[in-house]
Amino acid sequence: MPAEDGNGGLTGMIVVIDYNVGNIKSVRNALDWLGIEDALSAEPAAIERADGIILPGVAAFGYAMEQLGATAEAVRRAVLAGKPLLGICVGFQLLFDASSELGEHKGLGLVKGRVAAIPHRPGLAIPHMGWNAVCWPDGMDLFSGLEPGEHFYFAHSYCADVADPAARTALTDYGGAVTAAVCKGNIYGVQFHPEKSGEAGMQLLRNFARLCMIEADRC
Amino acid sequence: MLTRRIIPCLDVKDGRVVKGVNFLNLRDAGDPVELGKRYSDEGADELVFLDITATIRSRRTIVDLVEGVARNVFIPFTVGGGIRTAEEIDAVLRAGADKCSVNTAAVTNPGILTDCARRFGSQCVVLAIDARRRAGRTNEWIVTVKAGSEPTDIDAVEWAVRGERLGAGEILLTSMDADGTKSGYDIELTRAVAEAVSIPVIASGGAGTLESMAEVVEQGKADAVLAASVFHYGQYSIRQVKEFLSARGIPIRPCGRPRGGGY
Repeated sequence: MPAEDGNGGLTGMIVVIDYNVGNIKSVRNALDWLGIEDALSAEPAAIERADGIILPGVAAFGYAMEQLGATAEAVRRAVLAGKPLLGICVGFQLLFDASSELGEHKGLGLVKGRVAAIPHRPGLAIPHMGWNAVCWPDGMDLFSGLEPGEHFYFAHSYCADVADPAARTALTDYGGAVTAAVCKGNIYGVQFHPEKSGEAGMQLLRNFARLCMIEADRC
Repeated sequence: MLTRRIIPCLDVKDGRVVKGVNFLNLRDAGDPVELGKRYSDEGADELVFLDITATIRSRRTIVDLVEGVARNVFIPFTVGGGIRTAEEIDAVLRAGADKCSVNTAAVTNPGILTDCARRFGSQCVVLAIDARRRAGRTNEWIVTVKAGSEPTDIDAVEWAVRGERLGAGEILLTSMDADGTKSGYDIELTRAVAEAVSIPVIASGGAGTLESMAEVVEQGKADAVLAASVFHYGQYSIRQVKEFLSARGIPIRPCGRPRGGGY
């Protein structure tokens, strides 16, 4: 059960998975700034205890999966038991079945779909790097308080092709529709970097923390 | 649609921002954290911190600076200036920088680009090119090193292409002819490089008028526009630049409402 810490922050909430990839520190800095208490861990017990999980990641897909190792099973178990999970960038891509980045690699299989290179088109710079507008269907809780068309910061060369009828997706436009975010029950993922997306990103992280709290209250 | 980025560049010496900065109500105009926050609040899309001391002693200072910025500013930022080894890049990225730019070190040892791309991902690796027009030739540029003080015989466009192949994820392209002149970006240089590579190109050097910023995007095909003194001395605000570009039909991320503080 989460509790107010008296400073308007929330305590005992989110575990950030520690698995030797980039951007972990940036994610934790953003949570600290927001007053959302977090712990850095890859231990099954800590994952079990937390009210929510953030799976960060700046790395190649195969490398990230390998670094995640046995922690993958603890994350899967917690998520299948209903714990909210937010995957960011490669952490988002890991939610899917597989990726073809530098060889064929299996993902966590929590959302049906595959990750593949952004199709090359003349004049389209790869990686897709910078701020792009994101649109989402009504009632996607992760984006509460934000206006569709809000800009978020992207830096990626691979993108997810969602094939899960139970998932809802937010899109951006980069030479065609590119999956920007996904939501399936308690599973959330964003291809962009909320921790680097200024005020809009902060609002999204706040929303996720709130969703974790609601879920924890329900249990 | 992907927006064009507006990037203020902050020169840092011994952990302090140098060059006059014209913001009102700044408690400490030399504080990289306060300045970075101010630019971020104003609508900057990204920041570049350039260490102009770049001595061994300043390395520790830059890591402290990066940690401070990363704890308080939540837009991407690049750190560059005198970075020589993959270990130095590792330290700066670990401290919270999103990207590192290398210049002289890549010319001396091109393998550093590949090494860093493998270790940290291409998106972290920015190849900074200081280019100068080749005397007596039209639209030919050479690479200079050591902050523009030493010419090489390397063709700047070929070097950009090679840099991409070696693993750079972005090119920070400075025209040494235009730098500091406010006479406008080198449009031909920017276009030559942007058309030769498929990674994003940041145009730098010569920002003076709003018109020149629009031109380097429209004609130079720059993905991002970097400027220093026009912002620091208050000639233009980020908002003015963005509104101007937007009126020209260039996609930009709107600045949003002015706000008192924080997120």
